[in-house]
Amino acid sequence: MNNAQRYWQANIRLVIGCLFVWFFVSFGCGILFVDQLNVFRLGGYQLGFWFAQQGSIYIFVALIFFYAWRMNQLDRKFNVEEA
Amino acid sequence: MSNLMITTYLVVGATFALYLYIALKSRAKNTGEFYVAGKGIHPVLNGMATGADWMSAASFISMAGMLAMGGYDASAYLMGWTGGYCLLAMLLAPYLRKYGKFTVPEFIGDRFYSQTARLVAIICLIVASLTYVIGQMKGIGVAFSRFLELPFEVGLLVGMAIVFVYAVLGGMKGVTYTQIAQYVVLIFAYTVPAVFISIQLTGNPIPQLGLGSTLSGTDGVYLLDKLDKVVVDLGFTAYTSQKGSTLDIFLLTMSLMIGTAGLPHVITRFFTVPKVKDARSSAGWALVFIAILYTTAPAVGAMARLNLTKTIQPGEIGAPEGNLVAEERPQWMKNWEKTGLLGFEDKNGDGRIQYYSDSGLSAAEAALAKALKEGGDSTAAQAKLDTAAAKHAESKFAGFGWQGNEMTKVDNDIMVLANPEIARLPNWVIALVAAGGIAAALSTAAGLLLAISSSISHDLLKGMLAKNIDDKTELLYGRVAMGGAIIVAGYLGLNPPGFAAQVVALAFGLAASSIFPAIMMGIFVKRMNSAGAICGMLAGLGSTLLYIFWYKGFMFIASTAMAPDNAANWLLGISPGSFGAVGALINFIVAFAVSSITKAPPEHIQHLVEDIRVPMGAGAAQSH
Repeated sequence: MNNAQRYWQANIRLVIGCLFVWFFVSFGCGILFVDQLNVFRLGGYQLGFWFAQQGSIYIFVALIFFYAWRMNQLDRKFNVEEA
Repeated sequence: MSNLMITTYLVVGATFALYLYIALKSRAKNTGEFYVAGKGIHPVLNGMATGADWMSAASFISMAGMLAMGGYDASAYLMGWTGGYCLLAMLLAPYLRKYGKFTVPEFIGDRFYSQTARLVAIICLIVASLTYVIGQMKGIGVAFSRFLELPFEVGLLVGMAIVFVYAVLGGMKGVTYTQIAQYVVLIFAYTVPAVFISIQLTGNPIPQLGLGSTLSGTDGVYLLDKLDKVVVDLGFTAYTSQKGSTLDIFLLTMSLMIGTAGLPHVITRFFTVPKVKDARSSAGWALVFIAILYTTAPAVGAMARLNLTKTIQPGEIGAPEGNLVAEERPQWMKNWEKTGLLGFEDKNGDGRIQYYSDSGLSAAEAALAKALKEGGDSTAAQAKLDTAAAKHAESKFAGFGWQGNEMTKVDNDIMVLANPEIARLPNWVIALVAAGGIAAALSTAAGLLLAISSSISHDLLKGMLAKNIDDKTELLYGRVAMGGAIIVAGYLGLNPPGFAAQVVALAFGLAASSIFPAIMMGIFVKRMNSAGAICGMLAGLGSTLLYIFWYKGFMFIASTAMAPDNAANWLLGISPGSFGAVGALINFIVAFAVSSITKAPPEHIQHLVEDIRVPMGAGAAQSH
């Protein structure tokens, strides 16, 4: 396997990991398990409701910046950065 | 002219002067600047411009109302319209930036080495963008007519003229810099009233925290608990609990996410940054700027619902003096009754207003009146009314002498537009909301028009019909196409086709079922060939259109619908607006099946895919 292929494989692993979190916080916590999570509270919010209307959005933002930061590291590690 | 009108004219006029000044400062000199702003926009600024581009009149004006009335179920819009940016950042934006061309159909045509694929992409793009732009034009007209008391048509023409100046002169460059200014105007206009209202209700100046706080003047009652109790007591479903089916909410969220990532006017914004790594971070910045509004909206919605309910039902339910006396209703209600967005009718003649869930009685009455007026099936409507009336007669509300919900009209849009008046905020805040609504509609309209015009001049003319034109001629064609697109959009805004209200389902359905899967497979599946991609796009597009038309009528002519548009008839309970995700799945399956039995793409295409996967070697703006 050449360098570009190894870079691509590392990228795919990162994307899958990030998309797992993406799916978990929105479709998981916000939709599928919302009733179970609503038993718990975050201040005045029921937890599932909070994930659906607030939490998932904050985590989306953090996730994109994490992805961008890790990709920049990978670009350097595999020496495929732009000039 | 009242003080409020003068203030509103001044504030809206000042923002227009700003947009025009920016337009003159940022004229496009070549096609690179016209289509992608010379790929020189800083990622943070591009994120801000993307925010304004993305947040339309619907986000600004309607979303909080959808939340207020839908409660938990409207979360699908919050998650759907933000989660798409994760897909954009990780699956599309950096690779399309690396590819370094101008438009979405250009990528699809090159990657699948097929003019047919490019043409299918052009058609999807134009249909999705044009339907979407009609809604913006309508939003501009409504904002003008409500706040400046100009006729709807005049408002629309003024809006068109402003967009014409900066979009035709500046192309993407002018549009980008005005969008940055428009973002600042709209976010300020959205958050200022929200902060005031949050302080009034909870004492907490941050609406996102206020929504999770306790109400002022109570001993520790949480706002959301109070809201749940108030609406349940009036017969509605609890604000925080689910009403629709889980499958439908799931698929609607997924469709909106994939659709967001596949909307061409959003994707194009990531062609404008200098580097591949900027495309990644810029998507993050875009979402930061979008999230400021999208996390405020739930607070605006819930607080507006509580305020509205408490205004009409200030006292105990069932006690005669518990309801608002119609003659003493606040001024803002009278103002909004004039616009037709708010209306009440004293059905039981007690001189007071009742706002509650009446077992479908009012809806059945309205349906019968409509059937009688338009010659529909009045026997069936009468039967439904009888059922609802019987059910209502058994409810506790009938015992209070209530004879049906008296708030006959509470438009979703009221929640944001009337909010400053409900909370008695100063005139300049009301003027700001007007300027913000117009900014949101203008910025989205400009982005959409740019996507349409570049697709016509670059993909259709330069790419297919007149390949030998030089850059200067193409730039001229781009400007002419832009002018033409504005005129068509304006015409459709003035004479909206019957389907204008359905644009969301259509635009997102098209983007989700055709554009997103095609681009994604183009990047991630090296083996995907032109036959697979074209069949996939057509299958995704066809199935989604068929499903929407089946329930909404072909070309949205209601009489041609094949089945009534309600949950009992939908396939597995999937609403037409949620079908985009299923269409995308069909696209993927068909594409893989067809490509596995046809020839692999040629060597140079496989090299192209390998090349776009690594950032190294991305150049500046290039045409061909």
